[in-house]
Amino acid sequence: MTSAAESAYPLRESADLHAHSGAPLGDITAAALAAGQISGDDLRVHADTLRQQAAIADANGYPQLAQNLRRAAELTDVPDDELLRVYEMLRPQRASYDELLRLADYLERQYGAARNAAFIRDAASAYRARKLLRR
Amino acid sequence: MTSTLRSKRFDLLAQRDINKETFVEPWAQAGLIVADSPADPQPSLTLRAGAVIEMDGCPQAEFDAIDRFIASHALDLTLAEEAMALPSAQYARMLADINVPRAAIARLIAGCTPAKVCDILRGMNVLEMMMALAKMRVRRQPANQAHVTNWREHPALLAADAAEAARRGFAEVETTVRVARFAPFNALAILVGTQSGRGGVLTQCSVEEALGLRLAMKGLTSYAETLSVYGSEQSFVDGDDSPWSKAFLASAYASRGVKIRFTSGTGSEALMGAAEGKSMLYLEARCLLVVKGAGSQGVQNGSISCIALPEALPGGVRAVLAENLLAAMLGLEVAAGNDALASHSSIRKTAKLMLQFIPGADFIFSGYSAIPKRDNLFGGGNFDAEDFDDYNVLQRDMQIDGGVRPISEDEALRCRHKAARALQAVYQELGLPPISDAEVEAATSAHSSDDMPERDILPDLEAADKFMASERDFVAVIRALQQADFPDVAANILEMGRQRIAADYLQPAAIFDADFSVRSAINDANDYAGPGSGYRLEGERWREICAIPQAQAPEGFIEPHRAPPLSRLAALGPAAKGSGREVVLALGPAFGRSLGFTIGGLGHEDVLKAILSGIAAEGLAARIARVYHSADCAAIGYVAARLSGSGIGIGLQSRGTAVIHQRDLAPLNNLELFPQSPSLTLENYRHIGVNAARYARGRATVPVAVTIDNGARLRLIVKTALLHRHETEAIEPDTPPQELRFDWEPA
Repeated sequence: MTSAAESAYPLRESADLHAHSGAPLGDITAAALAAGQISGDDLRVHADTLRQQAAIADANGYPQLAQNLRRAAELTDVPDDELLRVYEMLRPQRASYDELLRLADYLERQYGAARNAAFIRDAASAYRARKLLRR
Repeated sequence: MTSTLRSKRFDLLAQRDINKETFVEPWAQAGLIVADSPADPQPSLTLRAGAVIEMDGCPQAEFDAIDRFIASHALDLTLAEEAMALPSAQYARMLADINVPRAAIARLIAGCTPAKVCDILRGMNVLEMMMALAKMRVRRQPANQAHVTNWREHPALLAADAAEAARRGFAEVETTVRVARFAPFNALAILVGTQSGRGGVLTQCSVEEALGLRLAMKGLTSYAETLSVYGSEQSFVDGDDSPWSKAFLASAYASRGVKIRFTSGTGSEALMGAAEGKSMLYLEARCLLVVKGAGSQGVQNGSISCIALPEALPGGVRAVLAENLLAAMLGLEVAAGNDALASHSSIRKTAKLMLQFIPGADFIFSGYSAIPKRDNLFGGGNFDAEDFDDYNVLQRDMQIDGGVRPISEDEALRCRHKAARALQAVYQELGLPPISDAEVEAATSAHSSDDMPERDILPDLEAADKFMASERDFVAVIRALQQADFPDVAANILEMGRQRIAADYLQPAAIFDADFSVRSAINDANDYAGPGSGYRLEGERWREICAIPQAQAPEGFIEPHRAPPLSRLAALGPAAKGSGREVVLALGPAFGRSLGFTIGGLGHEDVLKAILSGIAAEGLAARIARVYHSADCAAIGYVAARLSGSGIGIGLQSRGTAVIHQRDLAPLNNLELFPQSPSLTLENYRHIGVNAARYARGRATVPVAVTIDNGARLRLIVKTALLHRHETEAIEPDTPPQELRFDWEPA
């Protein structure tokens, strides 16, 4: 493990964490919540934090987990319903090859989700080879 | 042998729990084989230009979706050549060898194919696998997960049981549904329940994948576990997923700061008729490489709900340990099964548990049924709430941390009541169908659904539908708890939310301490390297496990046997050898002095009267002496025999153990010995007196019939030891036997 990653973990103890909304972690208090100043978005993870966790995972010998966390970082801006829609399209026999490629392009263009896009293109090619596309 | 003749023993054996099980001979073509099917491939790997062109005997062109996913996402191709070249037997030896560090093995395993990892395990017996699991487990400290469900799906009972599970030390609590529409409320109940019991317990609700993700997005769950994967392409597709869709789901959860682990396990493919003639372990190896390739931090395996299938086959329990170990070798957090009903036999289910319990797993159960079996909606629970005390004793017996702590009845009642009231308040604040005070009270003291009042489920279901459709999430729950004056529960759930922002618990094998400190592979990595290393159960945690409520202070065992000295018993002076037809009764040093009752609870005075009555009934005189120099029953009896004019004496210890002795026998020999003192009655003592007198008269004597109670030693051995210690403390080595006068005449 690199000393940088070692000293960073747990990130909960570091000073400059932000929620997905941009609110500093220090502002997310019981008093603020009682005053109605906290929404669900203030209790969601920020992409930068997931990338930091990915670096920690990599440094500790968990490269596949790190890849997952980097894909996750790209998805933090994708709304709930869209995430559910992407998952549904990736299930077997839900989408055509072209639909999957368009989905990949969309995620890349709309959210900068290049890693997810590559992953979905890989799926599309596997599904075509294994008859897992919509019939 | 005629066929009509039946053995009574075989008749009895046929009724035993073990013979309610199903056992079947292996049938490889149907996948009914736990390991080493003839159809399992041999390990091999060929690379060209940095890509896999052949794996485990299968050319790239023939890869199915699973092969393809493993080849491109799971294997570390930079060291695959080195990893595949190392002989499997050498890996097996490295795994069992405390001198080879975990990291050295994990590095190489990253380049091994499914057939290769099976080949490694082939050479290992369960003891070696347990050693390997102790070393390869991801987190240093083992932990445990609980199941909390009830067939009524009663929210107050769910909350109360979740709180008790949290107090009992479970790091994760999983619920599920009988009716899928209940999902948000069941998730809510165990969220509020656990955080009322102990902050930081992770919770999940096992439901269909998309619904599970929506619950997590609402903050009602903090982890998900039932992302199921399968080892054959057909079964994977039948499960309505692919490795890519499952991997995407994992990223989707992580994007919301929610922990996940996948689920696999031997037997599922055979059960789905899609084993392709392969062994369960080989198919599981494929599953686990998919799990790793998808970037899941961990897996729930150990056959899970299919456990009865490998257990029906030879080597099944070994194979289940092998799959746990395999996951750990791959660097995956392991929630090790032991969850579904695996056996009717207590012996068998406990023996199986030892394979995970002794080495320790990230989660020894996935999970332990913290409710009675009949309330378990996951398929029974191999250990349940009725086994809590047994489990606590197992931890204490072996000095093993099984992830659970003993609690008092009072602690259980308090946390259950608080949780049920907190949920009642949330329901009220959110305008959900009310939970009555009567329901709260019932949930506080309940053992199962049977103890709960009927609840109208239609309004609950409607409210659950509305809740799912609304924008409401756990922020509303926290506010409700704040407004209803449950600030600590609110603070705990808020902290669960803040932990999502930090995402520390997405690292491998993460759990939270009571103070929300995360423990994972990053800051609590397993460093077992033999004796004196790794996790050791000691200090405060060991004291907690020792302190089962049933453990009593040693003084308490003696107390009921103490009494003031017998006023009728007076010392006359040194005892002399007698003459004529008499029987001497010699007493232990504490008899009738500092102790007043035998181990069976008989008063010493009554015992004396019974023996003397027996001697008198045969027309003989009796003398009483006290032995000071020894507390040993044979020694006391031997003194009595040597003092006795007839040569027959009775020795009697304070705890009631007696012997009839004869002068010319060896000290440790005797005429009759009565070691079963807890079972002795006054009638027995009278009979001892009679027999001693008859021996003295040279008459034919029927030995005293004493009840044989083989459980007495088990129940009373502590008391026996402590009473005997008390008697030995009364020893005066230099005081010769004294003659006593007992101020009483037999009628």
